[in-house]
Amino acid sequence: MTEPTTAGTSPAQVYLKIDRLTKKFGNFTALDDVSLEVYEGEFICFLGPSGCGKTTFLRAIAGLDIQTSGLVYQDGVDISALPPSERDFGIVFQSYALFPNLTSWKNVAFGLENQKLDKSRIAARVTELLELVGLPEQGNKYPAQLSGGQQQRIALARALATSPGLLLLDEPLSALDAKVRGHLRHEMKLLQRRLGVTTVMVTHDQEEALTMADRIVVMNQGVIEQVGTPTEIYREPDTLFVADFIGAMNQAEGRIEGTGITIGELSFAARDHGLADGASIVAAIRPEDIVPRGAEGETVANGSSANRITVEIEDMEFLGSFWRVSLQNPALGDTRLLADMSINAVRHMDVEIGSSIEVELPADRLWVFPAKTPA
Amino acid sequence: MLKRMIKKSSLAACVAAVSMLAMSQSVLAVDLTVYTAVEAEDLARYAETFNKDHPDINIKWVRDSTGIVTAKLLAEKNNPQADVVWGLAATSLLLLKSEGMLEPYKPRGVEKLDKKFVDKGAVPTWVGMDAWVAAVCYNTVEAAKHNLEPPKTWSDLLKPMYKGHLIMPNPNSSGTGFLDVSSWLQMFGKKQGGWDFMDRLHKNIARYTHSGSKPCKLAAAGEIPIGISFAFRGAKSKAQGAPIEIIVPAEGVGWDMEATAIIAGTDKLEAAKKLVDWSITRKANEMYNTGYAVVAMPGVARPVEHFPDNLLEKMIKNDFEWAANNRKAILAEWLRRYDSKSEAK
Amino acid sequence: MSAPAANLTNRSAAPLIRPKTSKDDRIMLGFILVICLYLLITLALPLYAMLSKSFSTFAFDLSNFEFQVDAGDGWSEPLSAETLNQRLNKFSPAELATSSDGRLGVVDLFPDFSFRSPTMYRIRQVNLKSSFLFGSERVADTDWHEYSSNDFRRIVLRPSASIGLENYRTYFSTPSLFHSIENSLWIATLSTIITVSLAFGFAYALSRSTMRFKGIFRLIAMIPILVPSLLPGIALVYLFGNQGMIKGLLLGESIYGPIGIVIGSVFFTFPHALIIIATALAISDARLYEAAIALRASRWKTFWTVTLPGARYGLISAAFVVFNLVITDFGLPKVIGGGYNMLAVDIYKQVIGQQNFEMGAVVSVVLLIPALFAFTIDRIVQKKQVAQLSARSVPYEAKPHRQFDWICLIYCSLVAIFIVGLIAVCQYAALIKFWPYNLSLSLANYNFEVMDGGGWDSYINSIQLGLYTAVAGTLVVFIGAYMVEKINGFATTRSAFQFLAMMPMAIPGMVLGLAYIFFFNDPANPLNSIYATMGILVICTVTHFYTVSHLTAVTALKQMDREFEAVSASLKQPFYRLFSRVTVPVCLPAILDISIYLFVNAMTTVSAVIFLYSPDTALASVAVLNMDDAGDIAPAAAMGMMIFYTNVGARLIHQFVSRNLVRRTQAWRVA
Repeated sequence: MTEPTTAGTSPAQVYLKIDRLTKKFGNFTALDDVSLEVYEGEFICFLGPSGCGKTTFLRAIAGLDIQTSGLVYQDGVDISALPPSERDFGIVFQSYALFPNLTSWKNVAFGLENQKLDKSRIAARVTELLELVGLPEQGNKYPAQLSGGQQQRIALARALATSPGLLLLDEPLSALDAKVRGHLRHEMKLLQRRLGVTTVMVTHDQEEALTMADRIVVMNQGVIEQVGTPTEIYREPDTLFVADFIGAMNQAEGRIEGTGITIGELSFAARDHGLADGASIVAAIRPEDIVPRGAEGETVANGSSANRITVEIEDMEFLGSFWRVSLQNPALGDTRLLADMSINAVRHMDVEIGSSIEVELPADRLWVFPAKTPA
Repeated sequence: MLKRMIKKSSLAACVAAVSMLAMSQSVLAVDLTVYTAVEAEDLARYAETFNKDHPDINIKWVRDSTGIVTAKLLAEKNNPQADVVWGLAATSLLLLKSEGMLEPYKPRGVEKLDKKFVDKGAVPTWVGMDAWVAAVCYNTVEAAKHNLEPPKTWSDLLKPMYKGHLIMPNPNSSGTGFLDVSSWLQMFGKKQGGWDFMDRLHKNIARYTHSGSKPCKLAAAGEIPIGISFAFRGAKSKAQGAPIEIIVPAEGVGWDMEATAIIAGTDKLEAAKKLVDWSITRKANEMYNTGYAVVAMPGVARPVEHFPDNLLEKMIKNDFEWAANNRKAILAEWLRRYDSKSEAK
Repeated sequence: MSAPAANLTNRSAAPLIRPKTSKDDRIMLGFILVICLYLLITLALPLYAMLSKSFSTFAFDLSNFEFQVDAGDGWSEPLSAETLNQRLNKFSPAELATSSDGRLGVVDLFPDFSFRSPTMYRIRQVNLKSSFLFGSERVADTDWHEYSSNDFRRIVLRPSASIGLENYRTYFSTPSLFHSIENSLWIATLSTIITVSLAFGFAYALSRSTMRFKGIFRLIAMIPILVPSLLPGIALVYLFGNQGMIKGLLLGESIYGPIGIVIGSVFFTFPHALIIIATALAISDARLYEAAIALRASRWKTFWTVTLPGARYGLISAAFVVFNLVITDFGLPKVIGGGYNMLAVDIYKQVIGQQNFEMGAVVSVVLLIPALFAFTIDRIVQKKQVAQLSARSVPYEAKPHRQFDWICLIYCSLVAIFIVGLIAVCQYAALIKFWPYNLSLSLANYNFEVMDGGGWDSYINSIQLGLYTAVAGTLVVFIGAYMVEKINGFATTRSAFQFLAMMPMAIPGMVLGLAYIFFFNDPANPLNSIYATMGILVICTVTHFYTVSHLTAVTALKQMDREFEAVSASLKQPFYRLFSRVTVPVCLPAILDISIYLFVNAMTTVSAVIFLYSPDTALASVAVLNMDDAGDIAPAAAMGMMIFYTNVGARLIHQFVSRNLVRRTQAWRVA
């Protein structure tokens, strides 16, 4: 198990503990025996394709759709069966669910009223929150008069107003355009750091998850595929699903042969896999991990001559800061490899469509996953 | 302080006066719920005249058409709301009687009434007030437009020239309609003749109305030249200025009477008896005579304006009992013959 | 398979969770149960009473009557009527089936009967389950009764009651009765298609064009809701009757029949359809239209891809509201239907004309079938319905388009002329001394004291009924709709509630009224005391108009973001705070619509209350019916117009009061 990197100071305290959660809707199992621990002050992202169960998971934590079985502990207290009103969380929905007939100010103040706070304290708190989200001037406006990004921030301020122990974000940015999204991503992350509130966010956008989360929970078909820091998820995918879902990944079918693997007619050394000899596998490597040989600055320092193949450049795509190059070798069969090459390397090696170069598939970057059994 | 005392004492005096008044009222005044089908415009007059002799009885009218009042009474059979029925068709009262809903009572002076206006039972359960008599309302203006001649007899109405110019109430929803049908059966033959007549009449009928007074009002409004209705209605419309003649067909006309009865089980029996006693007095009969040409007490009736004068002699010898006991069968037969046919148009 | 992050805890079976209900949920459930109970008592139980009435059959039980004959040689052995019938083969079992007021003459069982013969007869009953009549004298004992032959012919047997399907058999073997099913379905379908199409066009023009006079059109379109359903019938008589002003337009066809019913139905159902469709169109999101414009979609294409799908819930809802209104209305076909039989009028004929409550109940049961059909459709549609309004959606603002605006204006003007025309005719008729012979103007027709129906008092009563119904009804309906829409869980209770709330629309007022008599007038019923009071009229009216009010409330509530409750709960706010701060203000237009809807319907309803009013609570709308029924058509029109002006007044007050409220609470809409 990898050690979580928490935003707070060590030792990390478990704030939210989910134990064997299952949620069934009739015959359909939306969450299947899911367990997770979330540390205090941590920013966790539930990431996965639509229908993977991430929103169900969030709603179970909030008590909005209580699980069929399994336990939820928040701050050491069993809240498994409690209705939302008896739990401690703030929530921002994809729709923001701002009360349309109340001004921004009143939206934010909504949770503060009725709590035996005097008016001046409420006013001070609302002012503070509006400043916190960067909208001190927008208090008198109705939601319909605000831009999407502003609405989102008001919703966030409203959720934070009561200083909840847990902040739940259900696709909070997906309704926004890319530029605003990028900006808000950053802002929200800073805000979360500053407040130190334990946060669970649901998203289907891997970029969002990678940039914002302390840890990512990758989900698929109602189960957790992997939990880890963004780097871990990216660099060390536990499963083919994770490897495939996050970032770009070359995949090739092959089989285990001795300690190595074969793809087509070629043999490669690969990472440890623990699979039996002769087993069908899928080998995977990220485009940026394919190393062109002979490029300037490249040495044969690691000495290994294994995993080197000569490939023909079939196609090239200029992506600004680098080239994505499509490589093929008849011995690999139909498989095409995509490799990211720096502009320098391309210039240095005179790479062009039709030319041949030598590349290395470093063994420690070459993952081996069991082939999908035809179900 | 003084002011307050005065205020207080005057208040006390007021309270005393009001409460004494209320007490005297409550000792004397009885509320009688009276179901009726008497024309609305007569109700206030009836109550007023009655209250001149009996100021202690307060009438609360429930007025509706004959069919609805009857249905209401039958529906309330197990928990009657009415104390007295004053002014409902005898046919309906026979129905209530056969359900055991009427309290037998022989009103004082009942012997002064024409016998056909009194229930035949040993102790009568109902007594008649006045008769409403079938008649034909004939709009002279509209008839002239269609070159029609005034019919003199029921049989005249079978002539082809009246085709589509005739309207009558549906016996299934209208007491007047049933009265017509039962009179034709009694006049022309209960088994065959009456139905033959109606078969041919049906060919001339434009449509059937739900209510019995409507054909005459429609004739009065020129909506149709000829409406088979009752004389009372025709006279009223004529008085309002409608260009109509009231025709009493020569063969004779059906009739029903408005009658009075006490609902069995009323907890205001004494007051109810007083009302029924009064309802057959000469005074009451004179009161009925304002609108109706034929009333229960012989010799009282004076001619009513616009009423045909030969009305009394044209009234058939009506067998109410036969009509009541065969009503269901007659209506079923009528429905079978005419109702399913009428929609084919 | 690599197992990530899962083995944090032991793998024994996780405990099943039984969610704890929150205090809010319990309070809401309490409300739902109370309103469910209300609907049970005011709807389900009376209907059950009605239903059991339809299975209550009557037949002559010949075995219960015994006869003895003395033709001069002493009394014969007692013989039952059944034995006599078997010998003669006189009456078939079908002939022995009858209704509650059935009568069977006995002399047919004695072939040599002559009323002149000196023969004496005796009759007795074995048990007390039936009775017989001597003339109209009821005999209900088990003694022997002796009669001369002349008296004996006056003996008729009365049926005894049992339970069975006989009434239904009779119904479906009587063509004049079951043909009404076809007639009713045909009229209702035709009226629905015409009304929904017209109303959609009208609503579309109002929301999607920038034509002038929108406010006036909106007002005019609501006129029909302000008058009793039979008023257009009266107007049509004056227009197209035999003395009609423009009867030539019908090319010789009679207005009395399907034509009149359909025209009148379109008139009186138009606003009902318009309200629902307009609500559905009004909440559309401008961004969808902006998207359509950006995609260069034609107006036509936008209509089919954005407008129509967005409004489809409203359209379907409107269609079955109209269908049910038409099929259950009895005032209009009664006034203008002529010989064309419809189900609702059949109930009237059976009950009022023939006092055959059982058959009336059977026809009512037949009428319930379309209702169940409508209910099923609604359930299916509801599942597909999504909340369309969220804080992000931008209200649609129509842009000028000369040609389109003109078409809209002309179209709406034609509809408006139709509506105003019919009303104007009624007012004209009410002021004419004696149509068509004396056209001088007079107020004589307003002298209601001398007409059927309860005079001016009935008018005052109607206003009271309207006010009580509006206040009590809006409270019950909106709270009920809110609870049932927003409570968590309790699926069974919710669908039971939904079912109960949908039912009233299917129940013809006349059936409801009759059912109330059977249910509330039962002395054993603890609620017996409300019988014959204003209370029962209010309850009956609220219940009768529950469905449309409920649908209006639900439609408005569905347009609210489903997550409001979740947000509020997360902020530890009790539901009633969200309800009062957000739900009610946001839904205020709908709430005001419900209250005015209830008021005007209480003013105009006829059928629901015709059996329930008492001397102190006669109603104006019933007066209209009774006056028309009696042929006093002009006074009926006059009272109808009084109802109209009252409702106009009520709407003006309503408008005035609500304008300020709306201005305050709906600022976000115009923002």
